[in-house]
Order: sequence, then C-alpha cells, then structure tokens
Amino acid sequence: MTSEASRPVAPAARGSELGEDLGPLGFPDPGPARFAGVDDVRDQLAAAGYLADDAIAGVVHLADRLAKPVLIEGPAGTGKTELAKSVARVTGSRLVRLQCYEGLDESKALYEWNYRKQLLRIQAQQVLDAGPASDASSTVASASGGDSGSGRASGGPGRLTWRDVEEDIFSEEFLLARPLLQAIRSTEPVVLLVDEVDRVELETEALLLEVLSEYQVSIPELGTVRAQRIPLVFLTSNNTRELSEALKRRCLYLHLDYPTLERERAIVTSRVPGIGDELADQVARIVRSLRTLELKKPPSVSETLDWARTLVLLGIEQVDAENARATLHVLLKYRSDLERAAKELEMTQTDGR
Amino acid sequence: MLELLTGFVEELRAAGLPVSLTESIDAAAAMHHVPMEDRQALKYALAATLVKSADHWRAFDTAFEVFFSLRGERYGIDAGSGNSSAETAAAGSDGQEGAVGAAGAGGGSPVSAEDLAEQLYRALLFGDDGRLVALARMAVGRFAGMEPGRPVGGTYYLYRTLRQLDMDGLRGRLLDAARMQAPGGALSPLEERLMSDEMQQRLTRLRNAVEDEIRRRLVADRGAQALARSLRSPLPEEIDFMHATRDELLALQRAIRPLSRKLAVRLARKRRRGRTGPLDFRSTVRHSLSTGGVPVDLRFRPPHPAKPELVVIADISGSVASFARFTLHLVHALSDQFSKVRSFVFIDGIDEVTEIFDRSDDVAEAVHRVNTEADVVWVDGHSDYGHALGVFWERWGHGITSRTSVLVLGDARNNYHAPQAWVLQEVGLRARHLYWLNPEPRSYWGSGDSVVDVYGAHCDEVVEVRNLRQLEHFVSQLT
Ligand SMILES: Nc1ncnc2c1ncn2[C@@H]1O[C@H](COP(=O)(O)OP(=O)(O)O)[C@@H](O)[C@H]1O
Ligand SMILES: [Mg+2]
Repeated sequence: MTSEASRPVAPAARGSELGEDLGPLGFPDPGPARFAGVDDVRDQLAAAGYLADDAIAGVVHLADRLAKPVLIEGPAGTGKTELAKSVARVTGSRLVRLQCYEGLDESKALYEWNYRKQLLRIQAQQVLDAGPASDASSTVASASGGDSGSGRASGGPGRLTWRDVEEDIFSEEFLLARPLLQAIRSTEPVVLLVDEVDRVELETEALLLEVLSEYQVSIPELGTVRAQRIPLVFLTSNNTRELSEALKRRCLYLHLDYPTLERERAIVTSRVPGIGDELADQVARIVRSLRTLELKKPPSVSETLDWARTLVLLGIEQVDAENARATLHVLLKYRSDLERAAKELEMTQTDGR
Repeated sequence: MLELLTGFVEELRAAGLPVSLTESIDAAAAMHHVPMEDRQALKYALAATLVKSADHWRAFDTAFEVFFSLRGERYGIDAGSGNSSAETAAAGSDGQEGAVGAAGAGGGSPVSAEDLAEQLYRALLFGDDGRLVALARMAVGRFAGMEPGRPVGGTYYLYRTLRQLDMDGLRGRLLDAARMQAPGGALSPLEERLMSDEMQQRLTRLRNAVEDEIRRRLVADRGAQALARSLRSPLPEEIDFMHATRDELLALQRAIRPLSRKLAVRLARKRRRGRTGPLDFRSTVRHSLSTGGVPVDLRFRPPHPAKPELVVIADISGSVASFARFTLHLVHALSDQFSKVRSFVFIDGIDEVTEIFDRSDDVAEAVHRVNTEADVVWVDGHSDYGHALGVFWERWGHGITSRTSVLVLGDARNNYHAPQAWVLQEVGLRARHLYWLNPEPRSYWGSGDSVVDVYGAHCDEVVEVRNLRQLEHFVSQLT
C-alpha cells in the first residue's frame, strides 16, 4: 500500500543528521558559543534574577563549551532547579523537564506507543473487515485516523493486510514523545532538565546515560532520531542515593551548597520586592548563624526568601528577638530546631533594652 | 601545564579520588576554556571535571592549593632569603596591596610586632580581605620561624604564628569595638551572637590566609609532590574508627548526618519496592473499560512489607568507643525504618539505653548522654563480654523473637575472661538474624585475647566495619 505520503513524518525523525560529529580528542562539536565567557554567564544570569558565584558560572560556561551535561548536587532549596530554568531563559531556549520519581521508566522518560489509540485502530479495522462498508463501519473508520480514504483507494474496500495495519499503528501518529525524546528531536534550542535524578532506579539511570552519551534515540519501528545540536543538560540530585560512577564520569559536577552571606543577601534583595538593605542584611546574617547550629533541617534559600517575604508583609523593618521568635516557624520546620534556635540565638526572652 | 595537570591528577588518585582517564582528558580540555591567569576559574574548571562528590572537595582543595599555588606574578616568593628580607619581599612585591607595604614597612624597614597587630586588627574590623591577606603573609614571615629543609609539619608553623597573633585577644577587641558602635553602646543578645559569628568568620579568614602562606613557602622549599604527600589525609568515609584523631572524629561527625539521611531514604524505598502487592481485580476491570474490555493495564494493591525489629548490643569501652558511638548514631537515626530499635551498652556490666534515645529528639545528643548515663561498669571497667552477655540473656533474652535482628558491636577482646559463647548460640537460634560487627582489621581477628571466632561460629556473619563506608554498606543491606 502507499499510505506513505499521508503519514505525517517528523522532520527530525528522518531528515536531519549531525554533520561532523567528533572534533579532535573525540569531543563532540559544541556548536557556536552561547556565552562570551564566565563573566558573561554571571551577568546574564544576574539580569534574569539568578545570582551565580564563580563555581556556578564556571560550570555553565564549561557545559556550553564542552557540550557536556552538568550534574548538580546539594541540599534541597539551594537553587538547583532554578539554575536550569534561568539558563533556559537567558539562552532563549525551551525548557524540557523530566521530573524523576521512583518507578519512572523508559515509557515515561523516552517514548511509548499510544496503545489505547492503537487498539481502537485495530478494532475499527476489524469492523471494516467484517462486512461490506455499511454506514456504521465507515464512520468508525474515518473517526479512527482519517487515512482510511487512502487505504481504500489503493487496496479495495477496507481490505488491508495485517502488515499494513501494523505499519500504520507504529507511525508517528501513535507515538507519545516523552521529555528525553522531545529534547532530542526539538528543532528549536532546548535546555533539558532531568530533575531529582537520584529518585530513579539504576536501570532508568542507565537509559539516561545512554541518551546523554549519544544524543540520539533509536525507535525500532521508526528509525533513529538525532539531536540537531547537543542541548544544554542539567541533572539535579538531592543526594539521597549514590549515582553510578558511569553517570558521574559523563557529567561535569557542581556541588551547590548554601550561599555565602554576601550572595544570600543579594538573592534576598533581588527576589523580595520592597525589602530594605538593612533588613536583607539581617535576614542573611541570622540565617547564616542558624546554619552553624546542628539542626535537623537547616534553612534553605527558599525558606530564607519565605521568611524575608513574611517580614516585609508584616511591615517589620528590623528583626529583634521578639519578632524573630514569632516568625521563625517560616524558616524552621521541626520543633526541636525551633527550640534550639531560640535558645542559641538568645531569643528566649525579650531584649534587655 | 599539561605536565602539572598529570602530576596533580596522580596526587588526587593517591589521595583516594577515583579519577578516570576520561575525566583527566576532560580536565585538560576544560583548561583551554579558562584564562590561565585566573586561578579561581582554573580551580572550578578542574573541580567540575575531576571531583564528583562533595566529600572529596577537601582533598581536592588541599592538593590544588599545593600544586597551583605558585602561579601568577604576584605570588612570587623569595624562598632563599632569611626571615626579615622575605617579609619585606612579601609586602613589597605585592603591587596591589602596595598601601600596606608603604604604611607598614615604611619603605623597606621591617614592621614592628605592635604595628602589625594594630594593622591586622583594623583590617579585620573593616573586613578588608585584600589587606588581611597581605598582613597574614607578613605575619608568617615574622613569626613562623620557617627555615629551609626543616622537617616539621605545617601545623607547627601555623600554631606558632597564631599564638603570636593572639586570636582570642583580637576577637575580644573586635567585639568591644562593635559594641561601642552600637546605639547606646551595647548590643542585644541576638545582635551579640550575630556579631560574634561574623567576627569568628573573619578570624577564620585570617587563619586560612596564614595557612595558605605557610603552604606556599613549604611548596617552595620542598616541592609540590612531596608536600602534597605529607598533607594527605583519609577521605571521611575511609577514616578508621579505632585510630581517628580529634580532627578526623569531627569530620566523621559532620559526615554521619547526611549519611543517615541518605540511608533512610534508600531503605524506605527499598522496602516499598521490595514486594508488589496482590492483583487488584476490581481496579483492573475498571481500567480495562477504556480499552474495550481488554485488561491491558494490570492494577496491584499497594504492598505492606513488615519492618524488622532491631536489637543492638555494643561494647563502649576505650578503643572501640567511637565505633560504637557512630554505629548507635546511625542505627537510631534510622529508627523509622525498623518497627523497634532497642540498644544495650556494656563494658563489663550492661545497661539498656533505648530510653535515652526515645526521650531525646536529637540523636547526637543522645549518643553523648549514653556515655555519661549508662551503668556499664561491674567490677573494674575492663571489657568482659562473657559477663555482659550472660546478664543480657538473663534479663532481656526473652524479648528476642523470630522478627528480631541482633547486632553485636565490638572487637571481642575479652581480657581472657570466659566468653560464655552459649549465650550467642541461644540468641542466634531465637533471632531472625545475628550479626557481629568488628571494627578491627580482619587480619587481627582471633589474635591475643580476641575471641571473635568463638562468637562468630554462632552468627549469620561477622562483618569487618572499620570505617563509614563499610558501615554504610552493612546497614544498607540490613532491612
Ligand atoms: N542563586 C540564586 N539566585 C536567585 N534565586 C535563588 C538562587 N538560589 C535559590 N534561589 C531561590 O530559591 C528557590 C528554590 O530553589 P530551587 O531551584 O527550587 O531549589 P532546589 O532545586 O535546589 O531544591 C528558587 O525559587 C529561587 O527563587
Ligand atoms: Mg529542585
């Protein structure tokens, strides 16, 4: 049969090829630079509201130049996810996000066939095959895909072989592209974010590694899909599980810890509208002191921001023992942490003066 | 440069970092993309390609500072000269901080000790880091008394210098100054605490600057390779429990919290994944409606795996005390993963300490209290496994059931007392699992007064647990 023409073909699936694949030393061609240098990374990110330090800006710059994925590890709420989003924003790329969870598998990460739709297509074919084209059956057939017309034109009324049907149901139309495939076959620039990769099982990690080494996906029924340009890739991990050596070797590594006092103060100033310099400074200093205590859950940057917003909302211009104690629950989540913080930072009684 | 990198990578490997060939090639490629004179950028580029775990950062940092410390014009050092000229060279060669040289050294003449102290105080008070570094270099030249070829460690020079700088005195003066500046001449208790943390941080920067300078001079004297070798220290996960120094114990303490958090998540996941529940027939049928009655999607009920019960019996005498501490800490931090955790500690007497953990919501604190509150001395405070186990069996043995996993912690060095191995035989028969964790190297087992082989005969397994890595490995297989 000749339904080839009527079947939609993804341009990336059949058309494009990466030209020169490997440069000297076996490094893939990184393509034109997205940034002018480390300082440019920092400036652009700052303009987008993300304040990077030397380590962060440096690794983003390298990721671009070496065309390697970045693995970001660190405690929750230190700006891992936000970094990927911000890089997407400043490079004018679409963010494709693969949110990892326990049990995530190939069919949700890469692609799967829409079997419900396939089943319906097969059933519709059975109805067609069962009798002469009655009114009812032709309605079903045209509802199922719209290409029944071409089938009938070439092969007689509804008489398709199983091979025709099989070829039909394993076409683009029945394919559900998941984030990894979406990122690979995208024709516009993308940033791929594989968020919280420590949650997936080892097999899925191996799949990721494969995709991140080849930047191509082969679908047995359709052929091989290659990336037009190697995208910027960020993987984040809260370090609840040791990732495989192979994946770590493949990636550049960035440990995102809590920011320094100066950077946290700047983050607060840029993210909390209406906050004064003095209050931002106080907030950052108190949070820094809290992090030196042995707490079950030290405050993260997002909690610092929540706290700063709360203070602004309440019209507080200066933190003292009393209003700190009253609002500390925004910052600390465990009762034992709250008690310890109040005691250590001398918030247990009101100020002497 | 490539040669330098090769030496550096070799040093990282020698320090225990698993640097692969690919990664060292990546590092070489990365170096092309950073300006050579930018040391900071170089450091982060190398870190991104060579260090793949936060635990390895310290080892990397030390090695980097040694191998790449002499790069750049302004780091020029006059290693051969005596103390006083080295000090003027340090101040003078520094174009950027020329002000210090001019103000301090007065155009070449050495600065007096009082002057130096005063300038340091002012640099700290105004948080002037550039000045601080220049002054720290001068202080090392003046106070450390470094001589070429002298076989002493960097810490010796560090403490010599710091003693002269009188850090405590500086801290006091800085806080006084902060109080004076406050409205009303005093700080609230909260501000007092914040200010003291701030000053502490600045003093730490001073200390680091002094350390950097000493290291730099040692590199000039001995060469990078030799110095890096002498500064090498084990990675946290490889520190031997039985021979840890005070600094290493602190490193272990820092490592155990994130480790227990990580293990808790892993164990919880493993338990959930361990079994699939039975088929949920109703739900399967309901879902098959959308596929024309074909049960494409099989639905399962959520599993309800049972949590095991844990009994820990730990020798907390002298040499094995820190091993017991870290193991108890880890096990109790994971108590949610077990239906119950009971802990007993002994030397020659034995006491239950479960309640200390139950009462406190901070494991580290509870572990600390175990050492002071538990009643573990019976006769002379020398380990007597036989007696302790006998008492355990008599008083608590009935609590062990087929759901219990029992861990005994210790080196089984019994001071030639009777081992009473029958107790372990009984425990082993009754419990679901019986493990012995021994912090001694396997090659020592059974030597001298060690009776671990006698006990081991009744255990499912005797496991060598000398460091956090081995402990993590054992615990992760426990449930
Ligand atoms: N460097 C930064 N600059 C600006 N905002 C930041 C920065 N780091 C963290 N944040 C803020 O903290 C919040 C939490 O960050 P997120 O990326 O979600 O944390 P993570 O993914 O590490 O758990 C973000 O919404 C962002 O507003
Ligand atoms: Mg996140």
